[in-house]
Amino acid sequence: MSVIVEQVTKRFTATGTPAVSDVSFHAPSGAITTLLGPSGAGKSTLLRLIAGLELPDSGSVRIEGVDCTHLPVQQRGIGVVFQSYALFKHMTVRQNIAFGLETRRQPRADVEARVDEMLHLIQLEDLGKRYPSQLSGGQRQRVAFARALAIRPKLLLLDEPFGALDSRVRVELREWLQSLHERTGVTTLLVTHDQEEALEISQHVVVMSDGRVAQAGRPEDIYDRPSTPFVASFVGGTSMLRGHVRSGRAEVGSLVVASAGTAREGAEVHAFVRPHDIKIAKPAHGSTEPTTGRVERLKSVGGYVKVLLKLPTGETVSVEVPRAEFDDLGVVEGDCVQADVRMARVFLGDYAI
Amino acid sequence: MSARRRVLPGFGLTMGLSWLYLGLIVLLPLSGLFLKTFTLTWDQFFETVASPRVLAAYRLSFGAAFLAALVNAVFGLLVAWVLVRYRFPGRGLVDALVDLPFALPTAVAGLTLTTLYSHNGWYGRHLEALGIKVAFTPLGIVVALTFIGLPFVVRTVQPVLEDLDADIEEAAATLGASPWRTFTHVLLPSILPALLSGFTLSFARAIGEYGSVIFISGNMPMKTEIAPLLIVTRLEQYDYAGATAIAGVMLAASFSLLLAANLLQRWTQRRFEVRPG
Amino acid sequence: MHPTTLVARRERRILSSAAPVRWLLIGVALAFLGFFLVVPLVAVFSYALQKGVGAYLAAIQEPESLAAIRLTLLAAGIAVPLNLAFGLAAAWLIARFRFRGRELLLTLIDLPFSVSPVIAGLIFVLLFGRQGWLGPWLVEHDIHIIFAVPGIVLATLFITFPFVLREVLPIMQAQGSDEEEAALSLGASGWRTFVHVTLPKVKWGVLYGVLLCNARAMGEFGAVSVVSGHVRGSTNTLPLHAEILYNEYNLAGAFAVASLLTVLALVTLAIKKYIEWRAEAP
Repeated sequence: MSVIVEQVTKRFTATGTPAVSDVSFHAPSGAITTLLGPSGAGKSTLLRLIAGLELPDSGSVRIEGVDCTHLPVQQRGIGVVFQSYALFKHMTVRQNIAFGLETRRQPRADVEARVDEMLHLIQLEDLGKRYPSQLSGGQRQRVAFARALAIRPKLLLLDEPFGALDSRVRVELREWLQSLHERTGVTTLLVTHDQEEALEISQHVVVMSDGRVAQAGRPEDIYDRPSTPFVASFVGGTSMLRGHVRSGRAEVGSLVVASAGTAREGAEVHAFVRPHDIKIAKPAHGSTEPTTGRVERLKSVGGYVKVLLKLPTGETVSVEVPRAEFDDLGVVEGDCVQADVRMARVFLGDYAI
Repeated sequence: MSARRRVLPGFGLTMGLSWLYLGLIVLLPLSGLFLKTFTLTWDQFFETVASPRVLAAYRLSFGAAFLAALVNAVFGLLVAWVLVRYRFPGRGLVDALVDLPFALPTAVAGLTLTTLYSHNGWYGRHLEALGIKVAFTPLGIVVALTFIGLPFVVRTVQPVLEDLDADIEEAAATLGASPWRTFTHVLLPSILPALLSGFTLSFARAIGEYGSVIFISGNMPMKTEIAPLLIVTRLEQYDYAGATAIAGVMLAASFSLLLAANLLQRWTQRRFEVRPG
Repeated sequence: MHPTTLVARRERRILSSAAPVRWLLIGVALAFLGFFLVVPLVAVFSYALQKGVGAYLAAIQEPESLAAIRLTLLAAGIAVPLNLAFGLAAAWLIARFRFRGRELLLTLIDLPFSVSPVIAGLIFVLLFGRQGWLGPWLVEHDIHIIFAVPGIVLATLFITFPFVLREVLPIMQAQGSDEEEAALSLGASGWRTFVHVTLPKVKWGVLYGVLLCNARAMGEFGAVSVVSGHVRGSTNTLPLHAEILYNEYNLAGAFAVASLLTVLALVTLAIKKYIEWRAEAP
């Protein structure tokens, strides 16, 4: 395990919720671990605690087996990439990348060689003599990566590195980061609120909310088996449906799921359904089977169609249907359709069934 | 940027008013000076400007101004640093006080400093016991000019320090730099243009300073006579030509400094302004 | 010199220097300021009250002092409103429009700021003095400018010329013209827009500019010294009067006059602080 955080707590105010509260997690060696959560979840604070830019009130941080809890930031052997790039504006690209190496008093020739290597890695060989003000946002961020990686850090910390960029550049750099990681193999800790980013590039995800860890695991596990309603609703767009326990089973509209034995009759359940886990069908002509709901609104978005379904209970469910499939359905606004929930995550109170 | 209908009104009016007022109050009188310089022959000009007494006055005015600006650069940076980055009781009060030399009439400064540093003044009596004579010496002039120029460096450096992104310093720390190295290699270069600008402003102000200096200087020809005083002396003798000649050189110097300060500012903005990318 | 707001920097613990370094730097900075600023400030009042409060008040109420006060107020009373009007007009022009010669205009406006006060006085002597360009004509018509009140007013106008503009312009530039354009689209006239939309937005800058302009106008020495005849009771402003008293070894009197000007300076600073405080609070 490369980074082990144990029971770390950090308060910024004497009263009120701590920014980070009793957080523990492991980040595997050589992998990209993402700290995922909404604004205010404490993920940036946690990253800064690991970096040494904040000191925890309690708990410990170990990097590659070394207890860094009280070590100054300069000595932790980390590399940090900031959302604002934090490039030294008065230095050229080469000078920026060389900064950490020169601080370590490495011989001139070694420094130059390493800078060349880094420029090659980030594919900006021709821009070495430029100043940050002459680069685009995406280029600046790549230089920031090169600067952090030049010193061969044990751990790379990325604080919402793509947050300040256009969405297209963001997607490009996301892929670039993946290939970069494949080449360098450096243990990486990424902070983001963009769950698409988290699910796409990381091998380990830590979902945070209100300063605590909600769930930690592989991206697939987080997505398919969210362990709390919060995780279920935060990761992957979901609709939430309410139902009750009847005769020992959870009934959510037309969905029936075996419930836990301890469930009380009539107890409330919440089901989280992903938009593409619902299949719509138009009832056959003349069929008397009951329909699930009425199509309230249709919106074509890119390669799929968003269907807003209104249930008799008054709740609405969002369904995503691929364009081709939708065209075959022949459904229009106002139609009553049948909906079949393929998969849902059901919670009794706060517990998963 | 060709002639196009301007959306906002008032262009013609404000344009006319501004140039008219500027012309009447500033340009016309100044041009009188320029015209006068042209009525002098080169010989007259050089005779005045190159005379030993005048040269000594220039040396004094420029030299003392330079020294004072230097002192202000160092301590002004320190004061700005302390005001921006540290908390201490009375910080607000100190910040307000920095502007005192700017708001205080020069004559009051001159009278007070002279009295303070004179033989039995509060400072004077102790300093003279140590063998340091301030009043009526070039050192006194430097002291007065330091007082006058104090706010310039502080006020030009302060906003830059305040706007400094803490991320930069954190980045330097993550790269292994000690606080001192971060200061010299990362912070100082960022503040340098503002520092130079403040130094130049302080210098320019000090060269032409009159009210705060003539009391403490003693006005001994060749020793503690500042250039502006020479201008006044010539005027009192109705030697307009001489006064103009001396003034001409000083004006040329002021304008060059002003130009340098402007260029510096523009260079800074171009070099360091990072447009959102 | 813009009102600099002492914005509280987000405390990043990592970046604060160690306590002893911090206190050393604070100590040196405060000592420097104390030595150069605070003690002289205290000295003014100390010397002024040397001979007791009675003598102090008497010095201020002497007819010549009162005449000096009146003249100072007159010069400022003319210079400040005129420069205020100019400052607002020029700020509107420079901040809102692009035109050829804009940079030139800006540089020219800064001229009085960079010219030695003595030279500022000199140029008016060259124009209106006895041997000046207009000298003979003025003598013919028995108009006195130099060595008389008009000259003092003119010199003051020149010296304080850019003060209001320098404070208002950056603010107007930073704020952009969106709100004015909105007002125009709602049918407001240019004047109405200016008075009801622009002015309220820049009011603190205007106030501060007026304050500085006033302080400089009342305290100007060099330029006024050159154009004034130093005639006691008629062409002496407060600063000149202080000089005269000083040269007569009337220290207490000189500092009594000086203290008035110092109080003005302190009030200027206090109001500036108030402005900053108000500008910070939304």
